[in-house]
Amino acid sequence: MRLVVAAALTVVLLGATAAYCVVAILGYQARQQTPPDAQAAAFATQVAADRIVFRATSPDAAYGFVASVSAADPSGARSVSDVACERIYSGARSSMCLRIDRGVLTTFSANLLDEAGAVAKSWPLPGIPSRARVSPDGERVAFTSFVTGEAYATVGFSTATQIATVGGDEFGNLEEFGLTIDGEANTAADRNFWGVTFTNDPDIFYATAATNSRTWLVRGSLAARTLTTVHESVECPSVSPDGTRIAYKKNVSTTATAYWSIAVLDLATNEETVMPDPRNIDDQIEWLDDSTLLYGVPRDDQPGDSDVWSIPADGSGASALFIEHASSPSVVRP
Amino acid sequence: MYISLPQRGDRSKTGAPAARVSSVVITLGVVSMLTDVSSESVASILPLYITGAMGLSMIAYGFIDGIYQGVSAIVRIGGGWASDRTDNPKWVAFFGYAVSAVTKVGLLFVSGFAGIASVIALDRLGKGVRTAPRDALITASSEPSNLGKSFGVHRMLDTIGAAGGPLLAFLILFFVPTGYHLVFIVSLGFAVVGVVILGLVVPARRPRRESVAAGEARQPFRWGSLAEPRLRRLILTAGILAVLTVGDGFIYLVLQDRSPFAAQWFPLLYVGTNVAFFIFAVPLGRFADRFGRARVFVLGHVALLAAYACAALPVGGAAVTIVCLVLLGAFYAATDGVLAALAGEVCPPESRATGIAAAQTVVAIGRLIGSTAFGILWFAAGRELAVVIVAAALAAAIPALLVLIRPLTRVAVNE
Repeated sequence: MRLVVAAALTVVLLGATAAYCVVAILGYQARQQTPPDAQAAAFATQVAADRIVFRATSPDAAYGFVASVSAADPSGARSVSDVACERIYSGARSSMCLRIDRGVLTTFSANLLDEAGAVAKSWPLPGIPSRARVSPDGERVAFTSFVTGEAYATVGFSTATQIATVGGDEFGNLEEFGLTIDGEANTAADRNFWGVTFTNDPDIFYATAATNSRTWLVRGSLAARTLTTVHESVECPSVSPDGTRIAYKKNVSTTATAYWSIAVLDLATNEETVMPDPRNIDDQIEWLDDSTLLYGVPRDDQPGDSDVWSIPADGSGASALFIEHASSPSVVRP
Repeated sequence: MYISLPQRGDRSKTGAPAARVSSVVITLGVVSMLTDVSSESVASILPLYITGAMGLSMIAYGFIDGIYQGVSAIVRIGGGWASDRTDNPKWVAFFGYAVSAVTKVGLLFVSGFAGIASVIALDRLGKGVRTAPRDALITASSEPSNLGKSFGVHRMLDTIGAAGGPLLAFLILFFVPTGYHLVFIVSLGFAVVGVVILGLVVPARRPRRESVAAGEARQPFRWGSLAEPRLRRLILTAGILAVLTVGDGFIYLVLQDRSPFAAQWFPLLYVGTNVAFFIFAVPLGRFADRFGRARVFVLGHVALLAAYACAALPVGGAAVTIVCLVLLGAFYAATDGVLAALAGEVCPPESRATGIAAAQTVVAIGRLIGSTAFGILWFAAGRELAVVIVAAALAAAIPALLVLIRPLTRVAVNE
């Protein structure tokens, strides 16, 4: 009798679960067929005027696809491409697209895209995509992923960051570069690097270095393969278009759980300004122009959805909603 | 006095491990399989959900991962003690499974870091409570002669769930990229079915009362029965070996740094280990019944030693990676279920669940110490040298511990 009841309940429960799944999948596919605001457009990095390229996060057919809007009219019509990325960064002529290649066997990849959005080169990633950058001239690319273990792993977290050129030069993992902290060479095994940003100088870039629970802004040289600390407590730097300042996230938490604010460092005066956005911001900041910062903020009420916000880079004003249903913004200039 | 298990059948006296695995063990295996599909499907997407969908940092994930590892080890002895004290392993295990199922409902409603962390902590609490009573139930339902095989069958089914859960979760995300809540619903469904089957199909055993019925003197639960010299030897052996067991995560990190193949398939390396575990669980359990469980438990660490050697070799490539995963799977197959069988064998029925829990907790704490120490060694000596040092220590410990556990081996073979 008990066996019969157990068998019946098993069939009912698993059947209900399966039915729920089928309904949800069909519902999702039906929503996917609803046309988005704008028709699918070509993936364009050749622009006449500044455009913001981003990842669409609206819960419709555009979800996860690379889209763009005019920088002059960010709330205007968006064009949605047929290229899907978890994280996108577009520069002149080339883009870095980090993907979760979903399937029964889920893997991760970093993809260099050409002007049409086609994959020109691809690198496997050891874990969840994190940061992507392209140099202002579109020649150099960088990408970061988290190296995640599985249930048995107790390593906390680790990052892998690589730099390459569109021409085919590989600079490898930043862990292989020489690191100098406050004038002293450091060879600690727990070094982690992430969040590269490129300057207009083809040799010089900035990134985050971490060891022994501290983080630094480091200045890197591709030719010398060196990283030198500039300022402490800096993560995910982003150089301003004029090259004079660096925007980043700064951990302001006093507990073990990080809480990040945005700050801007003036490289000439070493003066740091913290932005008046009280929210926890976990993104690599993008400069709209020399006076405005852009960054993504996830929506609390809708997992997977987020918005891009803007804030004056001198800390003089509050943040404002810039592009709805968007993440991973980058500014493509003509 | 060393024969701790009541002799139930004539076959066990001949020492032939011919007895078939009890249907109760298979049912418990199915319950574990369903529950593992439930918990591992959620665990596998948690990093994506926390960092991708919720927008929390990877450090927040590291904290939740710490809860995931720590909580179940802490409450495990409590679960074992409750099981022995009440002489009712089934309903204590049921409570643990039910707590984990109920937390899956919580996943559907909580948002934010604190909410997720609390739900994960509760889920692991359930896991900690249920493990030892369930293993005591397996011991009580098995012939002494085929205990290793019984645990092998249970762990095989358990591992199918552990490998199937993530595959199911990623399949759902493949169809619906934002379908995290769909994964939580499926997880809830499997968890509830597991609880229903356990509650309705598995008979409630009363190990202490049954041993009285079998003519043995009634023994109330005493902490003192845990001081049994053979259990002490086992716990010492398991503890030393656990300290020398570096987390798989480190091995995977060494492999992915060395080999482009491992880097590309890094997120799936643990699936490879699970498949090897699944294949070897039953044959190695049977082998343990014949050859001596204690001996197989210690010698199983030779496979771990070989995996270290693979990871330390200055060559990369697909073959080395695959051999390494096979060795890790064989190591788990020769030690995980075999340790529970050993602890169940050396403990008297009245303290069996507590004894199993004690052995498992010592292993969990030992591995935590080992991994932390290895992290420091990695930092100080560098990756390859750190692996070589641990491998050398393990190579020295294995023969020494084989001598230490000889009293356990002799009895197991003579039985």
